[in-house]
Amino acid sequence: MAEMKFEEALKKLEKIVEDLEKGDLSLDEALKKYQEGIELSRLCHMRLVSAKKKIDILAKNKKGEFELKALEENQED
Amino acid sequence: MSKVAVARHIYTVTEITQNIKNLLQNAFGENVWVEGEVSNVNHHSSGHLYFSLKDSTSVLAAAMFAWANKDVKFKIEDGLKVICFGRIDCYIRRSQYQIIVERIEPKGIGSLQLALEQLKVKLEKEGLFKPERKKSIPYLPSRIGVVTSLSGAAIRDILKVLDRRFRGVHIIIHPVQVQGDRAKEEIAGAINELNAFNESLSPNEKIEVMIVGRGGGSIEDLWAFNEEIVTRAIYRSEIPVISAVGHERDWTIADLVADVRAATPSVAAELIIPKRDDLKEQVRGLAGDLKTDFQAILSHLQDSLEDCFYRLNLSMQNVLRINISEWESARKKLGLLSPIAAIQQAMARVADLTKQFRILLEHLLELRQADFNKAAEKLTSLSPLNILARGYSITFKMPQGAVVKDAHLLEAGDMIKSRVYRGEILSQVTEVE
Repeated sequence: MAEMKFEEALKKLEKIVEDLEKGDLSLDEALKKYQEGIELSRLCHMRLVSAKKKIDILAKNKKGEFELKALEENQED
Repeated sequence: MSKVAVARHIYTVTEITQNIKNLLQNAFGENVWVEGEVSNVNHHSSGHLYFSLKDSTSVLAAAMFAWANKDVKFKIEDGLKVICFGRIDCYIRRSQYQIIVERIEPKGIGSLQLALEQLKVKLEKEGLFKPERKKSIPYLPSRIGVVTSLSGAAIRDILKVLDRRFRGVHIIIHPVQVQGDRAKEEIAGAINELNAFNESLSPNEKIEVMIVGRGGGSIEDLWAFNEEIVTRAIYRSEIPVISAVGHERDWTIADLVADVRAATPSVAAELIIPKRDDLKEQVRGLAGDLKTDFQAILSHLQDSLEDCFYRLNLSMQNVLRINISEWESARKKLGLLSPIAAIQQAMARVADLTKQFRILLEHLLELRQADFNKAAEKLTSLSPLNILARGYSITFKMPQGAVVKDAHLLEAGDMIKSRVYRGEILSQVTEVE
């Protein structure tokens, strides 16, 4: 779960809340989903707080293959 | 020699034609402006363009060579009112005069404007702007492609938005020139390449949306975004495209074909990069919902449990009540059969008998008492004490206390005791007779 992206975690969390909303779960299932949901919301929060920006430039190398290179933001500010 | 013959000068065809050509050039000078309506347009495979300029009564042939017409933005078509700049020339092989057009402008409207209108009409007919073919922009895309210049305002604005919003978004820039001759090919190529690159990515790495645009500028600066090649690249793009060209007031064909038009690059970025605080709020809300929903499930389960328990209790009580009443009736029946009753009866009887017996016994005792008293009276009358009262005495030998009935059993010196009616006399025998 640790490498899950924010968007993914948020989507899963939304799904779990939806499932719980329906309310037709067994206690075991509900408990499992609840725990998973709590973990996901914690993960989302962590991702939000610690997100690092990633900016790449798409270019082709000599072989004509696509390559991503990090943008050097020297012109910023 | 005739005069006619002397004066006669016979021109060659070329001389005549050349003279006419010179006359025309002298008459109109190097260049002229001509206004007219285009007709009989003929695009030659060599790239040259032939057409006629006409007004209500006359027609003027016109030729525009490839070098001249390659920069014309709008389409030269029949019925278009134009102003041409060029020179009047004579096509000597055909005995034809014509205007060699160097520049052409639509009359009453800017040429770029006209080009725009023409392309718009054409693409609209093809259905490129239909709302139903527009793709929706994903919420919270994790990868965003950007087609713009690295040195322009657009990328700076987009990155600024990124900085002040949610930074956890991956931006992939395909740098291009956004103005100048190569701009349209580069922009269209970049859109195509981002799509090709996306094909090579795994499903969870896909570029989910791209921004195509640039900062503000003149209509000429923005022109690449009105080019057909760019428009078609946007139309073909599998990745949804947000156009962001210039400022709010600038509309380009790219804007018409894009899935979403953003007024500026910043707005484009704001459309897809959410605010961190909004996301935090959303996560918090979801966590709250999660708890509420879970609690609801718990309390629902608890209710059912309590309900079950209550019903269980109730039915148990019913069962108990029935059993107890059965037990009691059984106990009653059993009681009837029990030896206890007999025992109790017997005991009662015993008690009864005991009581009768005691009464009887007391009665008997009373009778006996009476008998006894009678006997006692009789005894009393027979008692030695009564004899003593009449003056007799009883003598006992001491110390044994035996009754002395024979005086010879005594010897002188023995101690005797005499019992009289009242008291006793101790004496010593002096003599026996």
